[in-house]
Amino acid sequence: MPTFVYMTRCDGCGQCVDICPSDIMHIDKTLRRAYNIEPNMCWECYSCVKACPHHAIDVRGYADFAPLGHSVRVHRDEEKGTIAWRIKFRNGKKDFDLLAPITTKPWGTAIPKLANESAPDDSMRNSHLLYNEPKYIQLDKDGKDSLHTLKSNKLSMKAGVYY
Amino acid sequence: MAYKTIIEDNIDILVAGAGLGGTGAAFEARYWGKDKKIVIAEKANIDRSGAVAQGLYAINCYMGTRFGENNPEDHVRYARMDLMGMVREDLAFDMARHVDSAVHQFEEWGLPIMRDAKTGAYLREGRWQIMIHGESYKPIVAEAAKNSADKVFNRICVTHILMDDAKENRAAGAVGFNVRTGNYHVFKAKTVIVGAGGASNIFKPRSVGEGAGRVWYAPWSSGSAYGLMIDAGAKMTQMENRIVLARFKDGYGPVGAYFLHLKTYTQNCNGEEYESKWFPALTEMVGKEYLDTENQHFSHKPIPTCLRNHAFISEVNAGRGPIHMVTMEAFQDPHLEEIGWHNFLGMTVGQAVLWAATDVDPKYENPELTTSEPYVMGSHATGCGAWCSGPEDVSPEEYFWGYNRMTTVEGMFGAGDAVGGTPHAFSSGSFTEGRLAAKAACQYIDDGKAEGINVSQKQIDDLKETIYKPMETYTVGRNEIVAGSVNPNYINPRQGLDRLQKMMDEYCGGFGVNYMTNDKLLNIGLKKMKIFGEDLEKVAAEDIHELLRAWELKHRFLTSESVFQHTLFRKETRWPGYYYRGDAMKLDDENWHVLTVSHRDRKTGEYTMEKAPCYHLVDDEE
Repeated sequence: MPTFVYMTRCDGCGQCVDICPSDIMHIDKTLRRAYNIEPNMCWECYSCVKACPHHAIDVRGYADFAPLGHSVRVHRDEEKGTIAWRIKFRNGKKDFDLLAPITTKPWGTAIPKLANESAPDDSMRNSHLLYNEPKYIQLDKDGKDSLHTLKSNKLSMKAGVYY
Repeated sequence: MAYKTIIEDNIDILVAGAGLGGTGAAFEARYWGKDKKIVIAEKANIDRSGAVAQGLYAINCYMGTRFGENNPEDHVRYARMDLMGMVREDLAFDMARHVDSAVHQFEEWGLPIMRDAKTGAYLREGRWQIMIHGESYKPIVAEAAKNSADKVFNRICVTHILMDDAKENRAAGAVGFNVRTGNYHVFKAKTVIVGAGGASNIFKPRSVGEGAGRVWYAPWSSGSAYGLMIDAGAKMTQMENRIVLARFKDGYGPVGAYFLHLKTYTQNCNGEEYESKWFPALTEMVGKEYLDTENQHFSHKPIPTCLRNHAFISEVNAGRGPIHMVTMEAFQDPHLEEIGWHNFLGMTVGQAVLWAATDVDPKYENPELTTSEPYVMGSHATGCGAWCSGPEDVSPEEYFWGYNRMTTVEGMFGAGDAVGGTPHAFSSGSFTEGRLAAKAACQYIDDGKAEGINVSQKQIDDLKETIYKPMETYTVGRNEIVAGSVNPNYINPRQGLDRLQKMMDEYCGGFGVNYMTNDKLLNIGLKKMKIFGEDLEKVAAEDIHELLRAWELKHRFLTSESVFQHTLFRKETRWPGYYYRGDAMKLDDENWHVLTVSHRDRKTGEYTMEKAPCYHLVDDEE
């Protein structure tokens, strides 16, 4: 029912509740465990499945069109920077693993704090450049070329059909 | 009401909705506003919110100027061609000249971008698309936004833009409620950057049970970008330009990498190529300028997305469905097979689940495709959204009123789906638009344009009452009945959504009527919409979660009404394959080579429509 939660594995920690983009993973008040309260608003985005520390959440494809007996499981590891998948077909004939990187840097270490950057001067403010431009557009090797403009690219704007 | 009122005051820049557009805005704002107060209000959790929550396997908008690949104007010409001429080319050019710097930063932050082993350039999927391992695309850009923002308020459903009581038509922040605690949140801000999303689930979806969640665009994309801006009185543009997607059936798995990288292709049930035979008749409809079948192969111009849809729809209607994607050739190569599966796992896991469930191994079987229900959004191959100012060095005077990406409401800016006329921005372009809006918003504040804002206590109190009214309606009406969901005095949000989807499907050109509508149907639909609007005053919410759904429904309603009005106004069939005006089946450049602009009066709800000139980039030599 797109996502569902195994009773014996869930300890009610609420990680899935915290991450679900659709606000449909809630804690059952009696059982104190998570469940999907609104399956027809579930995108099968796997955000909760990836976030669950106990692998207590799984997906059973939409009843509208997905027969029972399949499995797509995942383990996401920020420390290793990888995501590992296992896909099992209903008929058992296909059962395979796939691994992909999720980051090339130690998690969260390579993102700048713009508050620490030196403040832009007036010429920068009065230009059309954004932070770290033109360097980051890398129009040339030195990153010194200025931004494309209508003039630099020999263009103008004309009203009406263009052909 | 037992819910607390929590006021966040003295905000300089409020980012309402932090998907790719909103995260770009929050990130960049810190650079231009060192000492400014930057606050994010997000309906979900910014680590996994918006359309990229699940990840992406490609960045669909990258110029690659550094690798000698494309210039901004090339991208503008491509977007113009794909959208049958209807693009805000100033905004598109401006986005395209900056977008590479966003992508280069993503790579530096740790986003794995694939490289071509021979050339060292980014691995291209198509002319505009580069391939990434983007499972963590959203968490990575969210880190950047968190590093810049003073505060991030997750789980706040923003319902309304606050308006300045001192000056007409000036934004002063936003209000909403926490979907967990139920508390009322007031954000008093000098500027608002609307980064909320476009709309799924306003047209009846093909799957109506559990599968209603497996829409192409995220089910949490509730048209809030449009709901918020229309309610604030902003002018909108190109809202008729809904998009229909040809995708893998039921799972709506992406086809871009399949077509472009894996070189798969489509055929009808008899194994025949079918597209080209529909082109001569299509050329009659849209004119040789838009589909030149004789010279298409020489010019190597791609066929516009809508026209390829038209061929698909026509072939199925002729009784030669289903249309298959021919994967059996490409998937014999184990490397390509792996890419095919990774493509789904990176951005549409549900399609992998479906193939596993139905034992569809694309190595031995060519999967079915379908055309989806329509969606209303502004960053894929479609350009719905607010009428925004462009940058002064590019925009003609009709397109420029002081601040880049500012809507017609002062102090309210847009990014991503919120900005109209800018198709093909995708994730990287939306992030870039957020950055542009943030710089402009800082400038607006520094220029003193936000001085003297006054938000009355009455406005705050009135909005609080409005927000919680569905819960009040429930409490009052609930005890009249024994149990159940049938009540003579109210409807619940799900019932309302079903009604909206039925109206949109049947009167506004959904899949159920083969995307066909006309003047008569639209007028009947609008009449029903008006009454539906009255019933929405009686929508009931049993709890805070249902209150979230009630407000999403209200945003979807405002979006839909605008789609109706725009579709009625444009008396031509500009995008066959997206929708058809049966009473005007031809593209009509003489009367309609213009952008449609609407305005909904905040007090009366009345619409006025106008045509705005469509400017194109042309070479100076011409």
